[in-house]
Amino acid sequence: MGIDSLIGGTIWDEYSQKVCELMNNPQNMGEITQEQADAMGAKLIVADFGAESCGDAVRLYWAVDPKTDVILESKFKSFGCGTAIASSDTMASLCKGKTVDEAIKITNIDVEKAMRDTPDVPAVPAQKMHCSVMAYDVIKKAASLYKGVDIASFENEIIVCECARVSLSTLREVIRLNDLTTIEQITDYTKAGAFCKSCIRPGGHEAKDIYLVDLLAEYEKEKLGKLADSGYDAPFAQMTIVQRLKSVDKVIDENIRQMLVMDGGNIEILDIKENGSHFDIYIRYLGACSGCASSSTGTLFAIESILKDKLDQNIRVIPI
Amino acid sequence: MRVYLDNNATTIVDPHVFEAMEPFFVQKYGNPNSLHQFASDTHKPLKEAMQKIYAGINASNEDSVVITSCATESNNWVLKSIYFEYILTGRKNHIIISEVEHPSIIATAKFLESKGCKVTYLPINNEGIVEAHTVRDFLTDKTALVSIMWVNNETGAIFPIEEIGEICAAKGVLFHTDAVQAIGKVSVNVQKANIDYLTMSAHKFHGPKGVGALYMKKGKELTPLLHGGAQMNGLRSGTLNVAGIVGMGKAMEQAIDALDFEMSEVKELRDRLEDALLEIPDTFVVTPRTKRSPNTILISFRGIEGESMLWDLNRAGIAASTGSACASEDLESNPVMEAIGAEADLAHTAIRFSLSRYTTGEEIDYTIEVVKNAVNRLRTISSSYAYAPEGHESKL
Repeated sequence: MGIDSLIGGTIWDEYSQKVCELMNNPQNMGEITQEQADAMGAKLIVADFGAESCGDAVRLYWAVDPKTDVILESKFKSFGCGTAIASSDTMASLCKGKTVDEAIKITNIDVEKAMRDTPDVPAVPAQKMHCSVMAYDVIKKAASLYKGVDIASFENEIIVCECARVSLSTLREVIRLNDLTTIEQITDYTKAGAFCKSCIRPGGHEAKDIYLVDLLAEYEKEKLGKLADSGYDAPFAQMTIVQRLKSVDKVIDENIRQMLVMDGGNIEILDIKENGSHFDIYIRYLGACSGCASSSTGTLFAIESILKDKLDQNIRVIPI
Repeated sequence: MRVYLDNNATTIVDPHVFEAMEPFFVQKYGNPNSLHQFASDTHKPLKEAMQKIYAGINASNEDSVVITSCATESNNWVLKSIYFEYILTGRKNHIIISEVEHPSIIATAKFLESKGCKVTYLPINNEGIVEAHTVRDFLTDKTALVSIMWVNNETGAIFPIEEIGEICAAKGVLFHTDAVQAIGKVSVNVQKANIDYLTMSAHKFHGPKGVGALYMKKGKELTPLLHGGAQMNGLRSGTLNVAGIVGMGKAMEQAIDALDFEMSEVKELRDRLEDALLEIPDTFVVTPRTKRSPNTILISFRGIEGESMLWDLNRAGIAASTGSACASEDLESNPVMEAIGAEADLAHTAIRFSLSRYTTGEEIDYTIEVVKNAVNRLRTISSSYAYAPEGHESKL
């Protein structure tokens, strides 16, 4: 939201000069025929990626020196928008003179950076970052053909956001470490979801195995698992005061009260007050507990840690 | 040379329309609802404009043609008021639209669906047309409204509105048509076609942006969407857009006068462009000419992604479209191409050329030349036409 989001510009205004020039006049567009590869003493690799029915397709040609694994010549043909053509062209350029192993390391982010006019201004608008991913995938495809291995062997982790290349393990870790609860937060922390948005939720440009909403739901469920004991679906912080009192009572009933009663005592919940980021729970010991030495040490600590564990980490228990 | 062939997105304002609107900005700027001469100065021109708008669709004086801010408002009004009156009250539970309606119908229907309304999305046939019998097939006792566009914005396909109107009237179901792309291109007569509600938009027929209208048949007036100072007899509050209404009236008058020209001269230019483009190998047009509005072509060039074609056209000064302008920011394929079940490979290759009475023969000849060059250049780049060595199994 905000002023810049209200009147949409054209995506073309956000293309770098380099992208425009390459679209108008691609440098590595073309083919390498078997005859041409033979003449170079090179192995011809022809790799396809994407599909016209999806809106993007690219064919990459490599002439590779079989002795040194160096890519002597690299050409492309592409079905796609301006960004797809410019990205394919840049990718073909970046491959030239590299060994196949070096080429595998080229990512879509390298391709995008190579098309920038100035180092800190993106070469394409966010939703077009997706087009550069294909340029990355087709390199892996070509390398797999050259080496005679499966394309999956080049990827050692699961990538959730391909545009920003953010892995599943990174996302899981960042979400938990920072207690992230919204897509916007994930995007701010990791850049995942900032580009073509396919990875956010089902229904985008591309189908995925796992989406950012799934990761949020997974974490939410994990947190709620703790809260199931409270008898309410909502986290403690979002409960009404009555719900808070009842849930604290329930946790005490199920986990603490019995032990106190066995010793001839009991406790009573007096009030719950929000104190900055804390929830102060005021209790009164009854019966035998009221004079017990442990009531301000061990027992108190046990009550507090159970409530923290079951309801909210910010709970403090204050006996009166 | 600059050539504008995106008239289904918006049109140039007719100079006569512009001239008619001008006095209402710095001279006759009174609020029509006030009690003084500044207000009175606007009354006669407003009434005349309204008469032209009524005449343009053959509305009776007892009907209400309410001026809105745009077709999106008119379409939202119909669906949401039907929801308030019929669905929310439990009298009915269902509406029928087509799967190729404008987003202002589809998105509103989806919103109502999320609020518990049942929605049927009628399919189109392989010519891109909604067949009238499908309406009959899906009508139930609980259907509150049928909303089918008159002319499709992407293909120009003309839908059988009179037939659908009859089916609805026979069943006593309310019938709305989004006629945004029909006004000035085909003959629109609300009385002949059993229409209860009809949406239009001035800027699609050489009027100003920011003015639309909703026709409502006598006795079928909808609950207002905008409440307030009771303008438009309480049906649509908000200070009257005086210049806009005057402009819309003038534009309607001009559009009706130009209807024959549209169906002869504009159609001839369109056909000339279409014939020439179809000479290029591997090109395909959706919907037969006889079933299309006279100004529109949706054409696919195999192997050329739509946006890259627009790029080359734009470099040569030609404006066209890959889909509705609302959709040009996202990456998805043309929804109509998907709906007609076109070959999957063609889903991203559709380009829409839409002409107007301002299009010239010279512009069409220039466009033909530019498109031919663009097809040559882009097919040279395209992977669809790329070399593959013997034994290469294409994965594209």
